[in-house]
Order: sequence, then C-alpha cells, then structure tokens
Amino acid sequence: MKIVVCIKQVPDTNEVRLDPVTGTLIRDGVPSIINPDDKAGLEAALQLKDSVGAEITVISMGPPQADAALREALAMGADKAILVTDRAFGGADTLATSTTIAAAIKNLEYDLVITGRQAIDGDTAQVGPQISEHLSIPNVSYAEDIKVEGNSVIVKRQYEDRYHTVKVEMPCLITALGEMNQPRYMTPGGIFDAYKEKEVTVWGLNDITVDTANIGLKGSPTKVAQTFTKSLKAAGTKVQLDAEESANFIVEKMKEKFIL
Amino acid sequence: MDFTLSKEQEMARTLFRQFALNEVKPLAQEVDETERFPVETVEKMQKLGFLGIPMPKEYGGQGCDTLTYVLAVEELSRVCGTTGVIVSAHTSLGADPIKKFGTPEQKEKYLRPLVSGEKLGAFGLTEPGAGTDASGQQTKAVLNGDHYVLNGSKIFITNGGKADIYIIFAMTDKSKGTKGISAFIVEKEFPGFSIGTKEKKMGIRGSSTTELIFTDCIVPKENLLGQEGKGFGIAMQTLDGGRIGIAAQALGLAAGALDATIAYVKERKQFGRSIAKFQNTQFQIADMATKVEAARNLVYKAAIAKDTQKKFSLEAAMAKLYAAEVAMEVTTKAVQLHGGYGYTREYDVERMMRDAKITEIYEGTSEVQRMVISGSIL
Repeated sequence: MKIVVCIKQVPDTNEVRLDPVTGTLIRDGVPSIINPDDKAGLEAALQLKDSVGAEITVISMGPPQADAALREALAMGADKAILVTDRAFGGADTLATSTTIAAAIKNLEYDLVITGRQAIDGDTAQVGPQISEHLSIPNVSYAEDIKVEGNSVIVKRQYEDRYHTVKVEMPCLITALGEMNQPRYMTPGGIFDAYKEKEVTVWGLNDITVDTANIGLKGSPTKVAQTFTKSLKAAGTKVQLDAEESANFIVEKMKEKFIL
Repeated sequence: MDFTLSKEQEMARTLFRQFALNEVKPLAQEVDETERFPVETVEKMQKLGFLGIPMPKEYGGQGCDTLTYVLAVEELSRVCGTTGVIVSAHTSLGADPIKKFGTPEQKEKYLRPLVSGEKLGAFGLTEPGAGTDASGQQTKAVLNGDHYVLNGSKIFITNGGKADIYIIFAMTDKSKGTKGISAFIVEKEFPGFSIGTKEKKMGIRGSSTTELIFTDCIVPKENLLGQEGKGFGIAMQTLDGGRIGIAAQALGLAAGALDATIAYVKERKQFGRSIAKFQNTQFQIADMATKVEAARNLVYKAAIAKDTQKKFSLEAAMAKLYAAEVAMEVTTKAVQLHGGYGYTREYDVERMMRDAKITEIYEGTSEVQRMVISGSIL
C-alpha cells in the first residue's frame, strides 16, 4: 500500500505571543513544528505501515525551511519526503494551495492520502477536502480511527455528539483529527539517517503540471478583510428541566434574543 | 571555529528535551522521594534507542556521535539527575569498553543487547580499599582451565542490581601491581555473583548503587576483556569516556537549576516587585548563566575530542572538573535565590543541589581530575 501524507510546518502556537499594540502574532524566535493534526495523520500512516505494511511519502508545500518538518517525518519513520516549493506558489490561499499540492500528488502513485483536519495557524479545514476534489477521489474528514480491510478503509468519523463508521474504497483521502493518536517520538538514529542517508526531494513549478493562473497569489480568490482575536464566549447557563419545560425555556430565550 | 550544532544534533536535542519534559520530569520528584529505580523510563528509552546513541549501527546502535549522546544526558539530567546517570553509566561504562576492547564474538554477544537496550550495563572498579587509588584492587581472578574464578567485592556500583552485564576489574597477578589487573565481562546470572547492600544516598536517589559480591564466581575464559594484565588501561580509558557522560550530567543539573531559578525569580514578589528586578538577582543569574555556558563549551569540546582525537583525557578531565563544580555552585545559588522554598522538597532545586554533589565525587573526584590535568601539563 502506498500512502501520501500531507504535512504543514506551522509556528508552535503554544509559544506564540501577541503584540499588545498591533494585535498581530510575534513570530520571531517561535519554534516551528509539524501541524498537530498532520502529525496525527502521519502517525496513523506509520501505524498502518507497522500493521499491514505501507510505503509512506510525506509531502509539504512551503518555504525551504519546511525541510526540517519533512526530516522530522522521515525520522519518525516515513520513507520518502517531497518539498513543494517555488516563489510562484507564494501567497496562496486554500484553493491555490490545494491545487498545487494535488498537482504534486498526481505525480505519485497512491492508495491513500492523509491530511490533517486543519492547521493551527489558519484553522480553515479546507485544504484536505479540496485536494480530494482535485484528485477526484472520495474524502472522509474528521477521522478518529483508520483501519484497512482489503481494498477499503474503515474510518471512524467524529461528530460533536456521535460517530459515523464509514467504509470507503481506496484510493481516497482522509483528514485526521489530532486526538486520534499520540504521535511517536523520533529516534536519535532516525534523525541522523533523515539528514545523512535520506533525501528530501524538492519540486518547483517546473516539476508539476498546473495552470499558473490557479496557483500562488493570482490563483487565490480569498481576500482577507480583517484578522482579529476571537472574543471569549461567556459561560453558558445550565438548567435541568424535563423535555417540555426545556423546549419552552429555549423558545423563551430565543425570543429574548430576537431570534424568534 | 564553529560552535553551532549540526541540524541533526539540534533536532536530536529537541527530541531529548521533549522526552525529558513529557516522560522524565513528571517522575523526578517521586523517584527521588521513594528511591525508586525508574524502570518504566528505562523501558521507554530502550524503545527509542536512547541506550545506544553513540554506538555502531552494525550492532543495533543508533550510529550517532558522542556529542549527540552528551546532549541526551544533558537534557535528561536537566530534569532528573537519576535518569541522566542511568544512561551515562550504561553507555559510557557498560557498553563503551566492549565496543572499544571487545572481540567480534564479545560484541555480538554483549554489545548488541546492550546498545539495543535489551540489557543494561554497569562497571565495577571501586572497592572498599580501592577508590581513587584504583591500583589497590583486592578482587582476585584465578585462571582454572576454561574459566576464571573471581573472589572479592565492589562497592558504589551505579546500576548495580539493575544491570545485566558488568565490566569487572580483578587482579590476575597481584605482584605486578596495576599491570596485574584484568577486565572481565560478567553476566548477572553467573554462579557465585550476587548483589550486596544497596546504598542510601544523598542524591541521585532513584539510581541503584550497590555492592557486588563475587564468591568463587565462574567467568568463562572468553569473557576476558582485552588481554590479561591490560585491565588498568581499559579502566582508565573507559573512565575518560565516562567523565564526559558525568560532565554532561553535571551540565544538565546546572542548566536545569538555572531554568527553574529564572522562572522562579520572575514570579516571586518581594517589596512589591518581582525579585528579578533586584540587581543582586540579576547579577547572580548572569554569573550562573555564564558559568553554565562555559561548562557547556568544555563538555561539548570533550565530546568532539572523543570522536576526533586518539587521546582526550585532558579534555574529559577539564570538562568533568569544571562542569561538576559549576553544577554544585549553580544549584546552591539556585536554592539561595529560591529562599526558604528552595530548601523544601516541593521545589526541584533542592533535589538538584543534592544530585549535583555526586558529580564532584564519582568517576574520579575533582581532586583526581586536577591530578590528571596537571599531570598532562607539567
């Protein structure tokens, strides 16, 4: 089985501080990490490699520094790594990003593509599903568990209040939740091999087949109007009532807020 | 002169730091309080290859350099001195002499399980009457056909009782003095080998320090390490490497005490402001940080020397001497800056100060390091 895992290098938000005057992120000196949901996706792939055997290719689109994230993935046990980097890809929104990554994946053989649900520096949760659209393969998002059965995968999808168990034929794309596992540590020897014996293949614009109108800033229809820190919600009210009283209570509250 | 770590060394440091913070730090206080050998941590480290970092891949080691191993001991000791010395004694004293002096058969049989971490290693040189004067060995080994018979005892053996494989020194010819000392690879299960008293220590209380007792202990002839009569040289060369490990432990303890103190002085308020605002605190922290960095440079230089030079006794002795004394000084200042809280077991610096003291004593006291250093200069 061939698995492609998409990862993104992101600033460690645990270490990010906000500039008190401008309200923007202070990124200087902030360590970069593999996006947690992506790392869980990589761990899921490594577990499949351990249990049923798989060749894992990690792929990342980003600046040259993203090499470190790919080396980390190699040190955890991935087999191959590809860095998709080119000035032409810069300024991409989720659509242009997914277009570029999908074009890179089209160069590869794969049965399964795994991405994280969303990145902690953007929280859009769009790139994974968009890649599946570009590749014309089914997408199962919010995976909490992945099992392989013959030519299919059985995915436990998490909802707020329930699970769905979905069986889907490969090739397909799965977006992984950070909660699905505890990613393994690298090993010291794995790190040394990642730098001394393994390669990170670098692909630029000329290595993928893509319409330049659909990539980078030009290919990005999203316009950011404003960024702001989400205000904290007040603590909710808890009441214990029977079903009918509860319905009445909710209707009253909605009337109070002019929702009804 | 390049003082920067390579990318792989940097990434390895990140790994060791994450492991130390997530897996080791939460246990450090309890392990000290209860004098419990942290067996679960050793199992985790085994799975991750931490017990064979500077060891050849052909025997299942990680194939990294000595500096990367030093980074591991430093980062582990930064949160727990006990864990640091378990790795150091195993790697530098248990596995390294077999790597350096073992036959291919000995490496296959003993180095392989040691570097994979399947078995833990230890080193037995010190005796009640042979500490700094290692030549005063009383343990005897007599060749009897296809085996040696060992009689005697060793004391203060790190990983004693927990280790499976021991490098043991014994007199094969008392009349020849140091030239009559030989080294042996002894398995825990060999008949006539037993573990004696476990020491109750001031610091590194989770590490198992015991007596080893040999009563007509049968050691196969093929377990002689190196040649007969060459044991003293093997011991001294092994200790050169061991001192780099202990220097890294001392460095880690000093760095850990500094970490804790920086966090504390920013929080602690007296006279209406954090004590970090007082010049005394600032100057103390400046001195501590400078000494930690100077120790780090000496320790890393010794680690590089081990991989690049034939002899590195001088570098190892300087690193061990300085790092150990810095560890004692910095942890003591850390307790002082914590005030009354620092004297309680609620705060890590109390344990770190107790842990630091041993680094001035074992694997050659500070006085021995000064003898080695002056001996190679004068």
